[in-house]
Amino acid sequence: MPGLRLAGVSKAYPGGRRVVADVTLEAAPGELLVLVGPSGCGKSTLLRIIAGLEAPSAGDVFIGERRVNDVSPRDRDVAMVFQSYALYPHMTVFDNVAFGLRLRGQGPEEVARRVRAAAAALGLLELLDRRPGQLSGGQRQRVALGRALVREPAVFLLDEPLSNLDARLRGEMRVEIAALHRRLRATSVYVTHDQLEAMTLGDRLVVLRAGAVQQSGPPLEVYARPANLFVAGFIGSPAMNFLSGRIERAGGPRFVSADGAVAVPLDGAAPGEEGRAVTLGVRPEDVALAVPGAPGGLAMTVEVVEALGPEVLLHARAGASVLVARLPPQPLPDRGATVHVTLRPDRLHFFDPETESRL
Amino acid sequence: MRRVRWSSVLLHAALLVLAAAALGPLLWMVSASLMPAGEASALPPRLLPSAPTLAHYRDLFGRLRLGRALLNSTLLATATSVLAVVLNALAGYAFAKLRFRGRARLFRLLLALLVVPAQVAMLPLFLLLKQLGLVNTLAGVVAPGLASVFGIFLVRQYALSIPDDLLDAARLDGAGEWRIFVSVVLPLLRPILVTLALFTFLATWNDFMWPLIVLSDDARYTLPVALANLSGEHVLDTELMMAGAVVTVAPVLALFLALQRYYLQGVMLGSVKG
Repeated sequence: MPGLRLAGVSKAYPGGRRVVADVTLEAAPGELLVLVGPSGCGKSTLLRIIAGLEAPSAGDVFIGERRVNDVSPRDRDVAMVFQSYALYPHMTVFDNVAFGLRLRGQGPEEVARRVRAAAAALGLLELLDRRPGQLSGGQRQRVALGRALVREPAVFLLDEPLSNLDARLRGEMRVEIAALHRRLRATSVYVTHDQLEAMTLGDRLVVLRAGAVQQSGPPLEVYARPANLFVAGFIGSPAMNFLSGRIERAGGPRFVSADGAVAVPLDGAAPGEEGRAVTLGVRPEDVALAVPGAPGGLAMTVEVVEALGPEVLLHARAGASVLVARLPPQPLPDRGATVHVTLRPDRLHFFDPETESRL
Repeated sequence: MRRVRWSSVLLHAALLVLAAAALGPLLWMVSASLMPAGEASALPPRLLPSAPTLAHYRDLFGRLRLGRALLNSTLLATATSVLAVVLNALAGYAFAKLRFRGRARLFRLLLALLVVPAQVAMLPLFLLLKQLGLVNTLAGVVAPGLASVFGIFLVRQYALSIPDDLLDAARLDGAGEWRIFVSVVLPLLRPILVTLALFTFLATWNDFMWPLIVLSDDARYTLPVALANLSGEHVLDTELMMAGAVVTVAPVLALFLALQRYYLQGVMLGSVKG
């Protein structure tokens, strides 16, 4: 089972629009790499470059040790699951799955055996004689998966495969794909913009923005130590709270918001000298309610309370600063009331407002 | 409720009148072709033959040897349709989905050529065919109709609706461009190709001018040309001319009725999301 490596891959279209900028990344053999980013960040283009459907303007693509820049898609030994499924509408499910095998010269018995095995793994056995038009969205998705995995390719490419399914089905298929990958251990690249898929499916997460890699690492590590403001704001839902202000050192280090309405005492590890401008980031789950007068407590005004069932989201304001707190379910004061909150001191993130990098 | 029913009755009445207006002449043509000589032009005109007879049909196929022309027309229209569908499908698909230099410019040029009337091209075309030695051959009748701007345009517009993902999926599945065309594109183009085949067949079958120009040997005449030739000497023989018209119209009418169910059926259904 070979791995996948991109070295300095860029893609620019005539007219100068650059959609992929100097991307270097590696998927170890058997690893599932998740590419995540907002729409238009170049993640699908990157996938198409790996597949050979687009040629990179610069850089190299390696599958295993082989440089495949000049290898046609059919000879790269990759299979792709398309966002639109892209099933052949005039063929039965069986023929859809068998198409690639037949083109590769497999005999009819071998084709039938492998199609049935793939169909059994995906629960498609009863549907083999149907056409795509007679299937539900979830079933079409399974056929698309089956068509990819029946070929046992070196690399699997999945382009937002679940984005056309409804929420419940998406959850089911997500678990199924994770199980499938654990069983097959095929090198895979999975493109998504969905938080849950990004966090749960990948061995490694690659965050893209405007065609450039922002951060790459195990999902929980990316979550715990985002490399810059963009990653911090993109990964996690609800998004991380950001407060802009400066460091003050007189009378113990603390963070003071630009309008002075929020002051957070910091332990010794505060970054930067007196007066340094910083952006403070704190995740909603690291904001807790406190009793009035507690050390480090912030007095804030309640703006919105969203009771979600298993948790409550509290939106509160102090001056120009707005915080969202994710709290266990409990009755909370109404809009306009004053609450006191504390921020977990060991879970604070500091970013340079100029470069947006982590400090 | 009542108003709806009245409007429906009116609509159907109007449709019936229009249908009768369209069908009437056709039906009378059939009826007149079965009348004894002279009855069709009698006053007052008759709707049905007093004594139906097949004499005119026997005349056409026996003495006047129209069978040969029928065969020529069938052969020409079939050959032109098959070849035109193949060529226009290839060109239309290429213009819709394959990237090559000058594609947009070439296509605009083709569209611009649509404004040139066919009659303008007839003389140069004839001279060209003469150079090629194709005058007075069936190939000479077929050749000019093989690739048409209209056909290419028709196929291209339809092919544009084939999702690119589908072609990419086939590429990744290991298909070459020819295999993609044959296994994926052609089946999806089928409705428009049937339409195109029908158009081409009708146009070739009904074409009078071009076969008249190219063919000089009456053994190679097509039905319309042979019929026009007949009318010269049998212009007063209405019943005979009507029988000839029936022979000309019936095959294409049957073809149209047989193929109409393939007209633009929804094969694209279920290919992609939605």
